[in-house]
Amino acid sequence: MSLFHFVVLAPFLMAVILPFFYYKFRSIHTGWFLLPLPLVLFLYIATYIPFGGGGMEPVIYSVPWVPSLGIDFTVYIDGLSLLFGLLITGIGTLVVLYSIYYIANKQDEPLQNFYVYLLMFMGAMLGVVFSDNLIVLYVFWELTSLSSSLLIAYWFHKEKSRYGAQKSMLITVSGGFAMLAGFAMLYVIAGSTFSIQEMISQAGTMVQDPLILPAMLLVLAGAFTKSAQFPFHIWLPDAMEAPTPVSAYLHSATMVKAGIYLVARTTPIFGLTQQWFWILVIFGLVTLTWGSISAVRQTDLKGILAFSTVSQLGLIMSLLGMASAALHFEYVDQDTMYVTAAMAAVFHLINHATFKGSLFMAVGIIDHETGTRDVRLLGGLMTIMPVTFTISLIGLAAMAGLPPFNGFLSKELFFTASLNAASFDIFNLQTLGFIIPVFAWIASVFTFVYSMMMFLRTFTGAFKPDNYEKHVHEAPWGLLISPIVLGSLVILFGLFPNMLAYTIIEPAMQSILPGLTSVGDQFYVNIYHWHGINAELLMTIGVVLFGLAVALTLPKLYGAGFFQRERDPLNAVYDTGLDQLVVQSQNITKAQMTGRLRDYMLYMGVFIAGLGLFTLFRYDALAISLEGQGGIPIYVWLVTGVLLACTLALPFVSGRMTNLILLGAVGFLIALLFVILRAPDLALTQLLVETVMVVLILLSFRHLPEMTKESKRLLSTSAKAVVSIAVGTFVTLTALSVHAYRSGADITPISDYFVENSKTLAGGYNMVNVILVDFRGLDTLLEVLVLGVAALGIVTMIKLRMRGGEDV
Amino acid sequence: MKTNFVMLHTVTRIVSFIILSFSVYLFFAGHNAPGGGFIGGLMMAGALVLLYVSFDMDRIKKVLPIDYTQMIGLGLIIAILTGLNSLVFGDPFLTQYFDYFQWPFMGEVELTTALPFDLGIFLVVVGVALLSILTIAEDVS
Amino acid sequence: MEILMILTGGIIITVAVYLLMTRSILRVVFGIIMLSHGVHLLILTLAGLEEGAPPLLTENADAYTDPLPQALILTAIVISFGVTAFLLVLAYQTNKAHDSDDLEELRGNADE
Repeated sequence: MSLFHFVVLAPFLMAVILPFFYYKFRSIHTGWFLLPLPLVLFLYIATYIPFGGGGMEPVIYSVPWVPSLGIDFTVYIDGLSLLFGLLITGIGTLVVLYSIYYIANKQDEPLQNFYVYLLMFMGAMLGVVFSDNLIVLYVFWELTSLSSSLLIAYWFHKEKSRYGAQKSMLITVSGGFAMLAGFAMLYVIAGSTFSIQEMISQAGTMVQDPLILPAMLLVLAGAFTKSAQFPFHIWLPDAMEAPTPVSAYLHSATMVKAGIYLVARTTPIFGLTQQWFWILVIFGLVTLTWGSISAVRQTDLKGILAFSTVSQLGLIMSLLGMASAALHFEYVDQDTMYVTAAMAAVFHLINHATFKGSLFMAVGIIDHETGTRDVRLLGGLMTIMPVTFTISLIGLAAMAGLPPFNGFLSKELFFTASLNAASFDIFNLQTLGFIIPVFAWIASVFTFVYSMMMFLRTFTGAFKPDNYEKHVHEAPWGLLISPIVLGSLVILFGLFPNMLAYTIIEPAMQSILPGLTSVGDQFYVNIYHWHGINAELLMTIGVVLFGLAVALTLPKLYGAGFFQRERDPLNAVYDTGLDQLVVQSQNITKAQMTGRLRDYMLYMGVFIAGLGLFTLFRYDALAISLEGQGGIPIYVWLVTGVLLACTLALPFVSGRMTNLILLGAVGFLIALLFVILRAPDLALTQLLVETVMVVLILLSFRHLPEMTKESKRLLSTSAKAVVSIAVGTFVTLTALSVHAYRSGADITPISDYFVENSKTLAGGYNMVNVILVDFRGLDTLLEVLVLGVAALGIVTMIKLRMRGGEDV
Repeated sequence: MKTNFVMLHTVTRIVSFIILSFSVYLFFAGHNAPGGGFIGGLMMAGALVLLYVSFDMDRIKKVLPIDYTQMIGLGLIIAILTGLNSLVFGDPFLTQYFDYFQWPFMGEVELTTALPFDLGIFLVVVGVALLSILTIAEDVS
Repeated sequence: MEILMILTGGIIITVAVYLLMTRSILRVVFGIIMLSHGVHLLILTLAGLEEGAPPLLTENADAYTDPLPQALILTAIVISFGVTAFLLVLAYQTNKAHDSDDLEELRGNADE
């Protein structure tokens, strides 16, 4: 265990002790106890940043977990995981601080739940990004889905929260399952290793395998559901029912980027295929466009941000797709032609986290202070909440892609990358490539439009105090600190983007595109505002002009049908699918669950006999050995004969007393057989048990009526007879085969050990008893425990009467 | 109206005494001859059931004021404690020990920790059998 | 000897399975008792019935019958006793609650 393992484990350990703080110091907000943890983790992870600018050496620490299955808890620290680790802990710190003021420490507010879920998420997310082992990654991955769903349902008394939580859980977890199958395929292709780095080192041979395509699709199913890519994005808008700190943290800055992370991480493996490029680019662009258009018609501020997040995730996804093309080219010094996409993806990832985080927090403040997030009610907040207004303005300008903010820089890079991609001479890009910049431009127009609308409808116009339930004023400073920090970063990264160049961006690019530069060399990263008048700048100017025109004409169209249908049309598919799933499962269950014990026994009998007999004959296991069967004494024949006569008579007699006598006879005859078979202990036990049992049955006769007459219908009787004879035949044949095998092979019974040692090791002469009380003492102990439980069950059943009419 | 079963009662008095002693013998003989906790316990249960059947319940309850639920618990505790005993010597749970001792009048006698363990089993078996039977018998409705 | 015992066990199990599918709750309990009888017999038989002394070292014999299945079956007999007692009480309490011991009449689940 290295110290870094504890970075991943620390949130979980903290989650264990946090509830004690909550109950012990009820008057102090629980968030304060938690706050130092992400901060310390952030600072610790930050020590791994290559401040010298000399590139980053990946660090690897490994602890065996299930070595026999190749599962190790390996932390792998390189540029990509470092970037995500910083995002998770950095934004985490700000979000915790924000939440302290956002969620009041009220009597009925289960703060301990909130922070335990949040810590669980933080640990799981760190686990996802720092694990090198796919199975460990998967475990943490599902844990993020779980904690996300718990956080969405934090206010579980609200119907919509529960709906959103269930939806996000179902979609992301089913994607996760698909991904697990993909991982299993990768394991097979890579020749029995779950380590991502080992897979990357043999990526060239792996892509030759025919399984690579299904594996890729399955892994992408996981990544796309998590990162809300079209058509799986529908869970994200409903996840906005979560408290706003959660939305800012999970549903914009970190968790939804897990899919991005996975795609970036596996690019060196899958990126060598043409399908990877096209799937990512097409899904990314469709998501980008669909998200930005959908965002325009939202009236809920968080709804706008949710769809905006969807669209921005699509942008990064398409950039990663374009970035994979670089793997097919040589990297020449300072030629950024092919690697711009990777650079843009990493840079935009950081920028999106900063501006979207600050916007979510600003919206949270508006919601907190006014009591509504509906843009139709809001308006004129500019003068009433000046700080919030400024933060939002910076965030919105960055989101719309206006200089001098960081959003402008990454949007320019995005345009450059898309124009570059259109000119590559692979994958039919010469003919089809033009759609990339076209879609990029259309989506950017709508991005500009919804940013403008959000600004205009919230902050400008007339302030109408009647629309609000409470007195509206600026938020307390505690709420403002976190968005201010993020807003400052937006400006800082906008003005001095190159402070990130060789500390964060270049190491992350090395992880996405390993092996392109020779060892020790670095990609050339230089981001600046003014490139001269080129295609990108003209595109941006077009976006601004066209976007302004649309944004200003839109208010006249609010009545149109487009704005009436706020919900995504794809939701219908999910809702009907879920309903049908429940209905159909119920139908299937009802068809077989007749509530009749006989039918269940029949199923079991048919299944056991069918499967058993099939296996016996299919694998030719049937064998009968008649050796050494002679010389059976006459008294054995006699005992067995009477035993069988009693047994066979059982189904045909009707009186319960006759039944009991026959049953008792069978029991005592079995005891006699035990004597013949030289098992004195068994014979004694059987005799005594049979005696006590007869008393028991007689006693219970007092409470039971005479047995119901069996139905005489031929069909049911013969069905029962056929099934029972089939089961009996199967048992007999199996036993005969076992016997034949046993007498054929030379097997030393394991009981020789007991025969030899019962005197020396246990000091007893009765081997059966020695096994019971000494060699297998624990079994006996648990057995008497079962007996005790059965007796207690009897007492409870009789003493605590069931009320009649109740379904029992 | 009470019927008087003089014969039954007299025979039961003698027979149950014999069975009870035999069950104790079976229990102690268990380690080296057929018998042991299970068998001894079942035998003891049989003897007690005979008593309950031939005399009426209330009278036996007066003579043997035993709570069989507690008997089960006691048996389990004894069995677990003998198991824990071996932990003290650094051996795995439920390791049994034995040795031979010289006793006055009785000569050499083997003592094992398996005996108290078997006693636990014995108690549980007696408890379970009688608890089931008595609960069903007492259930009037 | 083994073949005879196996056939006996098989027939006992056949009857037991038949009883499990009958209507009367008491017969089902009897079916379970029979099932355990059959299984005990089979376990003992399949471990081998070669000639040998009972598994008591005091016999001082050259060969003993296998003590392990005997210990297993001893446990099983006692457990099946406990289970049967439980089932009996379950059966008569069901009868008391619904005034029927006919499993055909007792069918039905809460969903319907």
